[in-house]
Amino acid sequence: MKLAVWTYEGPPHVGAMRVVTAMKDTHYVLHAPQGDTYADLLFTMIERKDARPPVTYTTFKARDLGSDTAELFKQACKEAYDRFSPKALVVGASCTAELIQDDPGGLAEALALPVPTIPLELPSYQRKENYGASETFYQIIKTLAKPASKTDKISCNILGPTALGFRHRDDVTEIERVLLESGIDVNLVAPMGASPDDITKKIGKAHFNVMLYPEVAETACRFLEKEFRQPYTKNIPIGIGSTADFLAEISNITGLDKINFDKTRLRADWWSRSIDSTYFTGKQVFIFGDATHVKTSVRIAKEEMGFEVVGLGCYNREFARDIRSLGKDLGLESLITEDYLEVESAIQNLQPELILGTQMERHIGKRLGIPCAVISAPFHVQDHPARYSPQAGWEGANVIFDTWVHPLVMGLEEHLLNMFREDFEFNDGAGPSHLASHGNQSLKGSEENSTNEHLQDLKKQDLVWEKDAELELKKIPFFVRGKARRNTENFAKEKGVNSISRETLYEAKAHYAR
Amino acid sequence: MNMTSSVRIKSGCSDAPILKERGQNEVFCGLTGIIWLHRKMQDAFFLVVGSRTCAHLLQSAAGVMIFAEPRFGTAILEEKDLAGMADAQEELNSQVEKLLDRRPEIKQLFLVGSCPSEVIKLDLSRAAERLTLKYAPKVRVLSYSGSGIETTFTQGEDACLASMVRTLERTENPDLILVGALPDIVEDQFLCILKQLGIKNVTTFPSKTKDSAPRIGENVKFVLCQPFLGDTREALQDRGAIHIAAPFPFGEEGTTLWLKAIANEYDVDLSLFEKVTEAPRNRAKKALEGISNKLSGKSVFFFPDSQLEIPLARFLVRECGMNALEVGSPYINKKIVMPDLEMLPNGPVISEGQDVDSQLDRCRKAKPDLTICGMGLANPLEAEGMATKWSIELVFSPVHGYEQAGDLAGLFYRPIKRRELLKV
Repeated sequence: MKLAVWTYEGPPHVGAMRVVTAMKDTHYVLHAPQGDTYADLLFTMIERKDARPPVTYTTFKARDLGSDTAELFKQACKEAYDRFSPKALVVGASCTAELIQDDPGGLAEALALPVPTIPLELPSYQRKENYGASETFYQIIKTLAKPASKTDKISCNILGPTALGFRHRDDVTEIERVLLESGIDVNLVAPMGASPDDITKKIGKAHFNVMLYPEVAETACRFLEKEFRQPYTKNIPIGIGSTADFLAEISNITGLDKINFDKTRLRADWWSRSIDSTYFTGKQVFIFGDATHVKTSVRIAKEEMGFEVVGLGCYNREFARDIRSLGKDLGLESLITEDYLEVESAIQNLQPELILGTQMERHIGKRLGIPCAVISAPFHVQDHPARYSPQAGWEGANVIFDTWVHPLVMGLEEHLLNMFREDFEFNDGAGPSHLASHGNQSLKGSEENSTNEHLQDLKKQDLVWEKDAELELKKIPFFVRGKARRNTENFAKEKGVNSISRETLYEAKAHYAR
Repeated sequence: MNMTSSVRIKSGCSDAPILKERGQNEVFCGLTGIIWLHRKMQDAFFLVVGSRTCAHLLQSAAGVMIFAEPRFGTAILEEKDLAGMADAQEELNSQVEKLLDRRPEIKQLFLVGSCPSEVIKLDLSRAAERLTLKYAPKVRVLSYSGSGIETTFTQGEDACLASMVRTLERTENPDLILVGALPDIVEDQFLCILKQLGIKNVTTFPSKTKDSAPRIGENVKFVLCQPFLGDTREALQDRGAIHIAAPFPFGEEGTTLWLKAIANEYDVDLSLFEKVTEAPRNRAKKALEGISNKLSGKSVFFFPDSQLEIPLARFLVRECGMNALEVGSPYINKKIVMPDLEMLPNGPVISEGQDVDSQLDRCRKAKPDLTICGMGLANPLEAEGMATKWSIELVFSPVHGYEQAGDLAGLFYRPIKRRELLKV
């Protein structure tokens, strides 16, 4: 048993839904009790989908448990087939149905429907959403895909985009465009927009595969490499450097040495070199999310924004090793956890100037008064925008630049705040001038709370802030005050000083100067 | 003072045949009630013993997350808990210990059963007894089931309240209990009117804290504020309390009849009743006037959701002039909704339970001007060209009583108005 308040990933059958909902002509019959239909609203509300996910739930009740839940499943399968006429039927169980062991796969097969049925075995008590998506996509390909002769012109499949993925819709458009500009045809995108028929007849025609999201597509890519001799790309084209490496990798795979590096649509590189961006230099960021977005964000933060990464981690254990080794390269210990409270306390300790995370980290940032930009699922309805806003490719790099900069206090404004800290209107508590300042009150509240807890902490450690030092501390802008306080206290402890004066504060500042 | 006879002229839908449906239910399970109960009961924590799905449901149903650490959580069952039962009880002990350590302000802890915990027959009532012995008197531990195999959406609140009834202390006084979690503002309005009517010792259930819980006995009477509280009603009756049957307090008419049913029981003078209710009644009528003529003549179709459907249909038909085509409810307890059914003019299909695909067929065929449905159906129906009102808002916002009558009608008018406004 593990206590969870908010979770980063849903159960594995939600991953299966993401794959099936992204596809065409595919239906999923899920053996599940009443209530599991809540998952529909993830798609209809967060992603504003204009159709119900293609899922039939058997809705068994307590009274059915004593009688025949298997019969209920068969009936639901048959009715779903008759009503929706899918070209392939995916069947499986949610967590409760897994316990009653009705064998949806066997039952569906016994119906001998005239379309392929794809049984899923997703262990709900061990695995999670991303695994469910990956396994479902793999099973669909394994069951349906047939070898085919390759296209005349060099072409690829783009694999991994699903429903409810972070910016998947726009990433596909952007990567298709980048590939087109580079002279590569896109044979098929899957699962998003693909039909069972496409998987059967078309997928084998491509010369290689683009693994856009390893969380969903890696297992399938490995299978296709082995069975259909389709190599796949391992560079994820998110960020300027990664997109360039991705194209170089394609040139390697295809033997086309004249891959076109047309970067005319890219602006983020110049935006970052322009002098207004100098104030990013060394800004401390904390990065948390799914492994793929964390990995690419770390590189962007370091090499393309000039930030300093002070902490990182991911919630999907399947990729823990990658993120651990990435942390090691940075001299940091990576946080691999699905407990948002652990993430919160890591952020609280590090006091970064910017958080790059999921919707959880955005809430954490709100609580701690630290700006945050969302880089990964899970996301909320406001992070699924109407406008074109990819993360991948050249336009993705532009979007990321804008998105990460937005929550920060702009260059000269930061200086002005430092110079005139006590202006009654233009003060640090008011937040960046281009953002609404209504968060102000709650920020102050949370600061005071942490101060109270903090005072007790100090007592235990025999540390006291002298009055003038406390006043001086208050002159430091709100968004770095927490860090200044912590640094000064650590410095005092190191030096064996019990009473923190104004001098201690500035000595600490010099000590930690970077 | 008599119940106004005009109400009982027609038998309305009281004898209407009920279309009983079985099939896919597009409705939340009872765990969802935790979202509002944990805000209402300020010293309570709700610990769901369930799966990752349960945790994900709560998070998704909460929509905009209340990020002050919520007073609920899920003890997620893992493979090893399913293997041996002794383990699960011990695991639960240690989770509770950790939780109460971290949240020392908690005075009531609910162990909430889920589909998986019910299926593996994890005995949460025994666990609750054992933990109560351990943590008494500081913390009281109770259990109920919010599982989808037993409860639909609002029935979770019913199960929760029913589990608390046996803990209520006895009294010989003729107290009145308002039963059902109401938004604070509505609760205060009702308490204020009842006080003006001269009714003393009015309490609410659930109460904000464990220490302010109502007391119960043969002289106690209670009135339901929500129609989905069947088990709670029976549990209260088992302890001797008397149920005051009434239409539910939606709209001017509903609120007046609800208050009048109470006033009758406490022998409130008719002139006092008129005097106290006159001003708020007029306000409600005035607020409704502007909106009801916009709704008047339009047709409405209810998908089952919260069991509020019958009383709300009664309000929309009688006070807003709408035409109900189908009124679907997950469960119909005639002992509770009969007064509303009697007042609902004959005509609509009354359906209980759900087979969502065939109900969608009926809805498309009926072409209502407004469809009341859950969030899983609303956008898809809008995309098909139908105006919808997502029903969960009716449970999450203040809609009872005089002062909210206009707001309630407004909730139904907003989607229609929006369509009139938009040129896209």
